Amino acid sequence: MDLYSLTLTEVASKIKNKEVSIKEVLDNIYSRIEDVEPKVDAYITLTQKLAYERAEKLQQRLDNGEDIGVLGGVPIAIKDNICTNGVKTTCASRMLENFVPIYDATVIKKLEDAGAIIIGKTNMDEFAMGSSTETSYIKKTKNPWDLSRVPGGSSGGSAAAVSAQMAYASLGSDTGGSIRQPASYCSVVGLKPTYGLISRFGLIAFASSLDQIGPFARTVEDATLMLNVIAGHDKLDTTSADIEKEDYTKALINSVEGKVIGIPTDFINDGINSDVKLAYDNAIEKLKSLGAQVKEINLEYAKYSLATYYIIATAEASSNLGRYDGIRYGYRTKDFDDLDDLYRKSRTEGFGDEVKRRIMLGTYVLSSGYYDAYYKRAQQVRTLIVENFKKAFESCDVIMIPTAPNTSFKFGAHNASPLEMYLEDIYTVPVNIAGLPGISVPGGFDKNGMPIGIQFIAKAFDEKNLLQVAYTFEQNTTYHKEIPTIEEGK
Amino acid sequence: MSVSKEDVKHIANLSKLNLTDKELEKYTTELSDIVNFANELSNIDVDGIKPTAHILDIKNVFRKDEVQPSYDREEILKNAPSKDAGCVSVPKVVE
Repeated sequence: MDLYSLTLTEVASKIKNKEVSIKEVLDNIYSRIEDVEPKVDAYITLTQKLAYERAEKLQQRLDNGEDIGVLGGVPIAIKDNICTNGVKTTCASRMLENFVPIYDATVIKKLEDAGAIIIGKTNMDEFAMGSSTETSYIKKTKNPWDLSRVPGGSSGGSAAAVSAQMAYASLGSDTGGSIRQPASYCSVVGLKPTYGLISRFGLIAFASSLDQIGPFARTVEDATLMLNVIAGHDKLDTTSADIEKEDYTKALINSVEGKVIGIPTDFINDGINSDVKLAYDNAIEKLKSLGAQVKEINLEYAKYSLATYYIIATAEASSNLGRYDGIRYGYRTKDFDDLDDLYRKSRTEGFGDEVKRRIMLGTYVLSSGYYDAYYKRAQQVRTLIVENFKKAFESCDVIMIPTAPNTSFKFGAHNASPLEMYLEDIYTVPVNIAGLPGISVPGGFDKNGMPIGIQFIAKAFDEKNLLQVAYTFEQNTTYHKEIPTIEEGK
Repeated sequence: MSVSKEDVKHIANLSKLNLTDKELEKYTTELSDIVNFANELSNIDVDGIKPTAHILDIKNVFRKDEVQPSYDREEILKNAPSKDAGCVSVPKVVE
């Protein structure tokens, strides 16, 4: 068995027990990347030099008998919207194509404190805006399960890298499903923690009331280890929650005995692919057979989440992306007449189509005369959605829905209508709207062999219940053990 | 409510984006589709519902007003597209 096919937990233990050296692990993962990356295109930047330097130092410390951390020597990939000191962080945009941060995001510091080795930065939709990674200015990432299909998005590179065994785990960001949906499309575990649980200092902002960093991994256990490392209050992020640190690995209990699983029947019957529905029904039966109690719940406002999302997210994006003016950093146009011309040309040339569409939509819903009808109303509906979930959680521990209504689609399938692509996020956005934790776990395959994800959702800061149910589902199914072929599908 | 070409011209201007005629056509159609979709919210009774300003109950997070080391000037300027004499350089703003 090749080293790269081990789980994070397994490889960390082999390093710790000195069955393998950190250099061997790195050599192996980079040789895997050399083999597979030309087909998958998951990475924007590879950081071999820094990685090998770090490996040497970590190995020395390990050989001196020091504890190098729970992720000691483990290669990890990072979405390219998370700042890495001295390493290009492009947001997959022409605007930041040459941007080199001079500081590390808090999550990077935490990963490195725990001994992780950053091996590269992964591709994504430009500024995390998209559901297929096709809006990247840099390259197109392919789905390892069928290279003619998209990996999902916006964290498509991070999902594909873990799926194709080019990293043991990775970080992504999730504003409306950008971790869970690509996890579902690529058959890996994708966790979006509660809003406020992970510091976003150093995450390039898209929609600040929704954005959250989270891990991709091959197993729930590995994702939990990652969560343990990156969670916690940070005074550099004023929106981070000041709560006591927990050990989430205690939630890795293989039992759902007595747990109540909420099923929002009214919400999931519209426009769902029949194979996804079948996988979902099987998941319900599986949990029942394991002793969980399944209960129908009502999420009457969840169906309005998408409209709410595209108003709030674009409004915030139009504000957040106002900073890209070609002055202090980022792309500046070559020829301009005056300052205003510099702003306009830099932004027009620096941003891609989808980003412009969202900036304009956000500007529209915030503009005079429309603010009350759109932005304020959306914030009110947001309250109704939040209350809806609160009420639902009075009668269940965890809610289960599919991660996406469909499986991965072919490149260009949604080019004609951006709105159609937005509809793919229907099952993931409610979670961001309400600030809840959600996780996508491999839950089956459709008739073309494309992966299906099952999503669990819990109360705010109730990651433990979330992880226990997800872990139990995973331990009693075999979908996560399937490996992609990394070939063109039929 | 639907989005007109004039609306798109106006918001592109506010967003400091230049659009070609072809783009203007395209964005008008696309933004209309999305706004029409978002109009489903107008059917919901939101009377007396408080807008969600922040999902966590966090208000006014302050830090102590203390002097702390900042980033090095040269380091910061590394990312500036144009610089001069230790400053970011911009075209003339005031005539």
